[in-house]
Amino acid sequence: METFYDVMRRQGITRRSFLKYCSLTAAALGLGPSFAPKIAHAMETKERIPVLWLHGLECTCCSESFIRSAHPLAKDVVLSMLSLDYDDTIMAAAGHEAEAIVEEIVTKYKGRYLLAVEGNPPLNEDGMYCIIGGKPFTDQLTYASQHAKAIISWGSCASWGCVQAARPNPTRATPVHKVPGIGNKPIIKVPGCPPIAEVMTAVVTYILTFERFPELDRQGRPKMFYSQRIHDKCYRRPHFDAGQFVEKWDDEGAKKGYCLYKMGCKGPTTYNACSTVRWNGGLSFPIQAGHGCIGCSEDGFWDKGGFYDRLTDIHQFGIEANADEIGVGAATVVGAAAAAHAAVSAVKQARTKGDND
Amino acid sequence: MADQMADHSIETKQTAVYVYEAPVRIWHWINAFAIIALCVTGYFIGSPLPSVSSGEASDHYVMGYIRFVHFAAGYIFVIGFVFRAYWAIVGNSHSKEIFLPRIFSKDFWDELWHEVKWYSFLVNEPKKYTGHNPLAILAMHLMFVWGSIFMIISGLALYGEGAGMGSWQYQLFSSWFIPLMGQSQDVHTYHHLVMWLIIVFAIIHIYVAVREDIMSRQSIISSMISGWRLFKDNRPTDD
Repeated sequence: METFYDVMRRQGITRRSFLKYCSLTAAALGLGPSFAPKIAHAMETKERIPVLWLHGLECTCCSESFIRSAHPLAKDVVLSMLSLDYDDTIMAAAGHEAEAIVEEIVTKYKGRYLLAVEGNPPLNEDGMYCIIGGKPFTDQLTYASQHAKAIISWGSCASWGCVQAARPNPTRATPVHKVPGIGNKPIIKVPGCPPIAEVMTAVVTYILTFERFPELDRQGRPKMFYSQRIHDKCYRRPHFDAGQFVEKWDDEGAKKGYCLYKMGCKGPTTYNACSTVRWNGGLSFPIQAGHGCIGCSEDGFWDKGGFYDRLTDIHQFGIEANADEIGVGAATVVGAAAAAHAAVSAVKQARTKGDND
Repeated sequence: MADQMADHSIETKQTAVYVYEAPVRIWHWINAFAIIALCVTGYFIGSPLPSVSSGEASDHYVMGYIRFVHFAAGYIFVIGFVFRAYWAIVGNSHSKEIFLPRIFSKDFWDELWHEVKWYSFLVNEPKKYTGHNPLAILAMHLMFVWGSIFMIISGLALYGEGAGMGSWQYQLFSSWFIPLMGQSQDVHTYHHLVMWLIIVFAIIHIYVAVREDIMSRQSIISSMISGWRLFKDNRPTDD
């Protein structure tokens, strides 16, 4: 039996680095110092869980984010957990050899492997819009999911559908949990386009070490990273409360780093950890770089009108209009109708009175 | 001139009925002011005032105050609505009208149709009611009662987002309502749209109240102040 620890040592990671990794992981997961030995113990004794990492319709930004996990230690370790199995973007094998790995894992580790899905399957035309090794991705996905222990939906594609599912969604790109034939497997969603690297590695580490999901919210996202909005922890929040806003991209407020609310920042409606964990090793995140959040980890963010509009466009009204335009329109029509009705009523009243006299 | 007026008062001897009990009247006006505060502050939350361009962030609290007023008025609105629903149970028959319209009664729809004709200038005289007429009941039930319920649920769901996952607002409202609507952005949009529905309702409500006060066979506006419905003729009522 090969444990995680064995794999790491084989990859040239020292015991010292391994223990550091365990305490860092415990801290990242919010578990407290006493959990570090537990993580170490689990990794030393548990059989390494194989991970199949499938790619459907996607742009590989999840993989790109993942391999940039800020702490190099975490990156090395987690990559050594994963790279030995199947991930068609970063594995060495190719062609039939690669596809054989999927078959091997599924038969050898029936019910014990993790299935990580990046991207989603298009269901129209029997799935012919995404072909992997000569077969529709849908088939590969449903086959691999049948015997998986659990499924990780990486990124907004697998979690929600993302841009390939944008209206009118001609290929019927469908998020993993809505694909028929997936079976009743536990699914964890890690949305974002891409998700934050540290969030991805932390989720994988948690699942591999504890063999269960971290606590999830009602929509299947891990609470430890998706329980607060960008807005709740944004370092520009004091400017929001003060009423100091950027009005134009080149104005004084933009230079002073005021709140981007009026520029359509979706921070107030987006659940993610960007404003705390940040990106590229905690260096920065979109708002810190002077651009509003586009809400990439939210369901349907691609179909909610401009990234630079505060109020959402509502397509049901035929032309693009937001709630205020529709509301002012309706209030004007009703107000005008009331005025006209009042005029007719007045005339009528005057006439009736005349008749009585 | 004096004779004429004396004649008139004999001709139209008024009778009066006590319709709106004090709690209903007090609620009506508190609610009206809460809605005005909510609409104004809510609008400025969606489309904030021009940026405060001077000084440190700690010198100002414009959005903070606007949002505080919105939340405070929101709680007044919620508590008022719960109280009003309670009063519909313990109050007089008129207090139940807008919560439980008699939609299964044929008379209700016949009278509603008559009211539509009255507003379309097709009949010369409206019917006479101690309470609300059926058209008013239906409009208040659909636009006001259900509009308010929607605003309360969506409003508390949005408040729960800021209060956080451990809060009762989040547990009771945000946790199921936000996924039901799609995501947070959708809840904001619908909350905003229903504000306009309530504004449209208010325009109609105020216009019709003024018009009926002048043209119908009973008092309207003063009734919501004194509670007494005065009738302008002596014929029997229709409800």
